[in-house]
Amino acid sequence: MKHLLSIDDLGPAGIEEILRVTDSFVEVSERAIPKVPALRGKTVVSLFYEDSTRTRLSFETAAKRLSADTMTFSVSSSSVNKGESLRDTVETIEAMGIDAVVVRHRSAGVPWRVAGWMQASVINAGDGWHEHPTQALLDCYTIRSRRGSLQGLRIGIVGDIKHSRVARSDIAAFAALGASVSVIAPPTLLPPSLDGWPVQVAPSLDAILPDLDVVYLLRLQRERMTEALIPSLREYRACYGLTASRLARLDPDALVMHPGPMNRGVEIDAEVTDDPRSVITAQVANGVAVRMAVLYLILGSGAELRLPEPVLSGTRA
Amino acid sequence: MSALVIRGGVVVDASGRRRADVAVRGGVITAVEPDIEPGSGVVVLDASGCIVGPGLVDLHTHLREPGREEAETVETGSRAAVLGGYTAVVAMPNTEPPIDCAAVASQVLELGRSALCDVRVAGAITVGRCGVQLAPMAELAELGVKLFTDDGTGVQDARLMRRALEYASVLGITLAQHCEEGALAQGGHMHEGAWSSRLGIAGIPAEAEELMVMRDIALCRLTGAPMHFLHLSTAGSVAMVRAAKAQGLPVTAEAAPHHFTLTDALVASFDPVFKVNPPLRPSADVEAVRRGLADGAIDAIATDHAPHAQETKEAPWDEAPPGMLGLETALALAITELDLEVEQVLALLSWQPAVIAGLSSTHGGPVVGGRAANLVVFDPSERWTVDPAALASKARNTPYAGRTLTGRVRHTVRAGEPVVVGGVAQR
Repeated sequence: MKHLLSIDDLGPAGIEEILRVTDSFVEVSERAIPKVPALRGKTVVSLFYEDSTRTRLSFETAAKRLSADTMTFSVSSSSVNKGESLRDTVETIEAMGIDAVVVRHRSAGVPWRVAGWMQASVINAGDGWHEHPTQALLDCYTIRSRRGSLQGLRIGIVGDIKHSRVARSDIAAFAALGASVSVIAPPTLLPPSLDGWPVQVAPSLDAILPDLDVVYLLRLQRERMTEALIPSLREYRACYGLTASRLARLDPDALVMHPGPMNRGVEIDAEVTDDPRSVITAQVANGVAVRMAVLYLILGSGAELRLPEPVLSGTRA
Repeated sequence: MSALVIRGGVVVDASGRRRADVAVRGGVITAVEPDIEPGSGVVVLDASGCIVGPGLVDLHTHLREPGREEAETVETGSRAAVLGGYTAVVAMPNTEPPIDCAAVASQVLELGRSALCDVRVAGAITVGRCGVQLAPMAELAELGVKLFTDDGTGVQDARLMRRALEYASVLGITLAQHCEEGALAQGGHMHEGAWSSRLGIAGIPAEAEELMVMRDIALCRLTGAPMHFLHLSTAGSVAMVRAAKAQGLPVTAEAAPHHFTLTDALVASFDPVFKVNPPLRPSADVEAVRRGLADGAIDAIATDHAPHAQETKEAPWDEAPPGMLGLETALALAITELDLEVEQVLALLSWQPAVIAGLSSTHGGPVVGGRAANLVVFDPSERWTVDPAALASKARNTPYAGRTLTGRVRHTVRAGEPVVVGGVAQR
């Protein structure tokens, strides 16, 4: 694997391989000293044009646990504010001799442009409303670790599908692994066309809720109100929020997921996050292991995975 | 000025085609007949295997001067024009400052005097293209300005557009609209549809164009003033203009080569070389534009030649400016992609736009003795591959890089001067 740009590039077999490798790195993460020398001497740059503490920290933690060197290029401290073009920035970073770039940008397609301009590997950490493949992979891993497989599961994604890179990548990944995916949203927050999307549109959350194995809640940006896409947060919560009373109608084995950060009291009620069916914290934990797997598969030897020994001998926790 | 004879070609103009040589002296066609014997000292241009037609006329060229000389100048744009077979172009007014007064119009016309082709200007409809106050259209009309447009944006205020049409109706000028309903298009960076949804890029619905076409047809009916529609790109727009013509309204329309050759699927590359406004549309719209060109609903192919400096296109999709080069590929694209006779291709590229631009006394034929010698000679079967680095335009933003096209300009004669000979610009 040279780059990770989109879920569609991976296909079902590619996703399965990453999830399989993730299993090994979950084990590493549980060690007392969760660090292996797999990518010693490799340099991974975080190129973040958009604020994202969570995703950036997750990638950097993953890279460090693999003993890679990491550098961060964030917009506020960079020459971007001095008018440097995207291509100039990319070529400058490449000239420093690096192995992979983790790219986050507010515009769709930027990781594709970056990959066209440099020799190093490119990992898409979220491009506009388009894709967020590692989020989808960690979501698949989280569901799989609880339910064994995604095959035949009924997954409902609730909320702002239109503006969500998480939704686009999740739909592709869940469908690739055999799940049946529904979207639940006000029509103003659905994409203008769902032609070719492997999803059904559910008429309402209440209609579909008891049938779901997974409820995936998306963050509602508050500016959607000023754009006249929804009347009010109150009305949104009433129609699409996972409230305590709705939670009571959810299957006992179902999972509640959210990519974070959450708007408590809007798309999700505070008490829902404490319910045992909520796996939101597990998503974050699995994020590090999934990103270790992605970095390893892109920058590692490429040979069959033989997980290196810990850098320092430690006792198992 | 030297005398020349264009030998061995087939002459095509609005009256049809005939095998003939064309003799030119003093900037004027002196004879059109078979087997003219060139006298001594007469330049001979070989036209064997070629069509000899009236020079092409572009209704829609962005020359970028003044203001964006790093992307194009009147000189470089005119060189691209003559290499594409054009002998006249209409420079769009969205320069910096815009062509909204006599001073700026005169500056561009002055620059045009040393250009390789005739350079005419379109004036802005409103001051600063801001859509608030009428530009001094009478003052601009005095300078010979025939077309007025706020191109780059449409006049949003229906009342103001009505006033502009009424005011224009006695000046012998035509208002041209970039049809785009601003509120509906706001924030969009490509055609809204299946591809924009998949790619997560904010879309511009076809209806943003169609609503303004509909409004302006209504205003044309209300005022009786002529109306030209720039770069039609949707099936709905083409159908409305066709219906308006059937009702006898004084409307004309143009379409750009990219709207009959490219679809929005190309946006999946995220390369802003495919970003343009109006945006590339799905294949059903592309087909409708082709039908409109074939059946007369659309009168002209206009390039919307829009040079942009390379670094502005090496940007994220939604930050890059819209626009594509067009002058050097339009004729070949029409020959390659449209299933039309060469007479019809030249009607769309030469004599019909010449009428709309108010240039038909000197451009667009007929190719007969006594007319100004504005001529194009092209081989309709020569194949060539588009190489951005080889283009004469200062910019490189052609969406056709690497495409093999059929039909190539061999010579261009402008007012008797051979400005392109053997595919090479002479200055």
